[in-house]
Amino acid sequence: MIARHQTILFGVLLAASVAMGAVLWQLRERAHQRLLQGEDSAPTQAPEVAPAEQATLIVANDADSSLLSQVQTLPLPKDQGARARLVLGKLLDLYAAPDAAHPVPGGASSIAQVFLLPAPNRDAGPATSPSPAKPSEASGPQLAVVNLTGSFASSHPSGIEAEILTIQSIVATLHANLPRVTQVRFLVDGQPRPTLAGHADLTRTYLATDAVPTEGAHP
Amino acid sequence: MVIVEAALSLSAPQSRGSSTHRLLWELAVLVAAAVSIAAAAQAPPAPPQAPAAPQPRFVVVLDAAHGGDDDPGGHLDTQAEKAYTLALSVKLRSLLNARGIQVVTTRESDANVDTNRRAEIANHANAQACLSLHASQTGSGVHLFASSLPPAPPTRFPAWRTGQSAFITRSLAMAGILNSALQHAGIAVTLGRTAMPAVDSMTCPAIAIEIAPDRATDHAAGSAAKASLDDPVYQARVAEAIAAAMLEWKTEVRQP
Repeated sequence: MIARHQTILFGVLLAASVAMGAVLWQLRERAHQRLLQGEDSAPTQAPEVAPAEQATLIVANDADSSLLSQVQTLPLPKDQGARARLVLGKLLDLYAAPDAAHPVPGGASSIAQVFLLPAPNRDAGPATSPSPAKPSEASGPQLAVVNLTGSFASSHPSGIEAEILTIQSIVATLHANLPRVTQVRFLVDGQPRPTLAGHADLTRTYLATDAVPTEGAHP
Repeated sequence: MVIVEAALSLSAPQSRGSSTHRLLWELAVLVAAAVSIAAAAQAPPAPPQAPAAPQPRFVVVLDAAHGGDDDPGGHLDTQAEKAYTLALSVKLRSLLNARGIQVVTTRESDANVDTNRRAEIANHANAQACLSLHASQTGSGVHLFASSLPPAPPTRFPAWRTGQSAFITRSLAMAGILNSALQHAGIAVTLGRTAMPAVDSMTCPAIAIEIAPDRATDHAAGSAAKASLDDPVYQARVAEAIAAAMLEWKTEVRQP
């Protein structure tokens, strides 16, 4: 036989449980309604479709150690850094193609970032301000810092000519599409690296005016 | 002495005259001899016959690239780049020694030699030519690379990483001779300039030589073979051409 007070206690606890369940359900419904009211499924900003523009790619050719200009139509964003990354990505996509004249695996994903900074005055030392705040800096020469992925460097074909052709085509392509870029430095995974694949120096600043390989006369 | 002998020769016919006359002539001869000896004593001594200046020794530094665990090139056709460059260095040393050219090598075995150490060896050798030997599957023929540093006048204490600046002009001249010799041997040549830490630190006429497959020959022969890096005939042609170029460079260096 169950005692009376235990029956009363059981009833009170059962009622409390049901009441608490009802309150929780109501709170859940309120929260759900609040989320639905706050969420706007319509796009806040129309996706920007970059207009197609002509980009100049300076493509390397191993057969005759030459750099050839190639014009392609690409949707280029207005942001200079994004534009540089996209153009270089397209260049490396050409190198990753099966029938590439300068085969280098990796493709567009090999360009991690491209940073554009005011070019340091080579006579007066490095620039002190990285932001182009002054009008002279806004239109002055720029230093591009190209951050390559480690997988690109490790899979790059080894050889003086192969490495220097890659570097010079990147430098020349940047300068062709962003004429203010006069100097280029390279990082690999965000760190300085002595050479690209054992030969070409990656610690120096490459100038857009650097001499390109001169093709020797063939017998 | 010439004056004394002339006086004595003049005194000979006088000796046939009277004794007073003869005495006067002998006195005159003695005075003339004394005067000539005094003049000779005051005159600066005639320069001695200068011995022939010794020819400066002609030294070539052969830098077989990579070695040890430094082998970024992986494998060429059948061997690693470090092994290929070492074999080429050994072959070139024999050819140059046979032509009377002294050779200093940066490595003689499969050892990892630091970039700075390679430049140190070259700079201590006071060499007239420094050749950095490489090999690659990319491209065709032989690629000659000089440093891309701008020319600069020689200084007493050049900066380490730009020591090659003072030798750029001579390096380019040596590249021209190598280019001619290789083309004379029927090998395609590509000339270029690049930044390489070891070459940029060398204080001697320095060229990086990269051997690539002789694809032009393959095409001409209609051969399906992609590369001929391991072809001993091709290797010998390249080595002989480089040795011939060094012999010509030796002649050029010794010309005033």
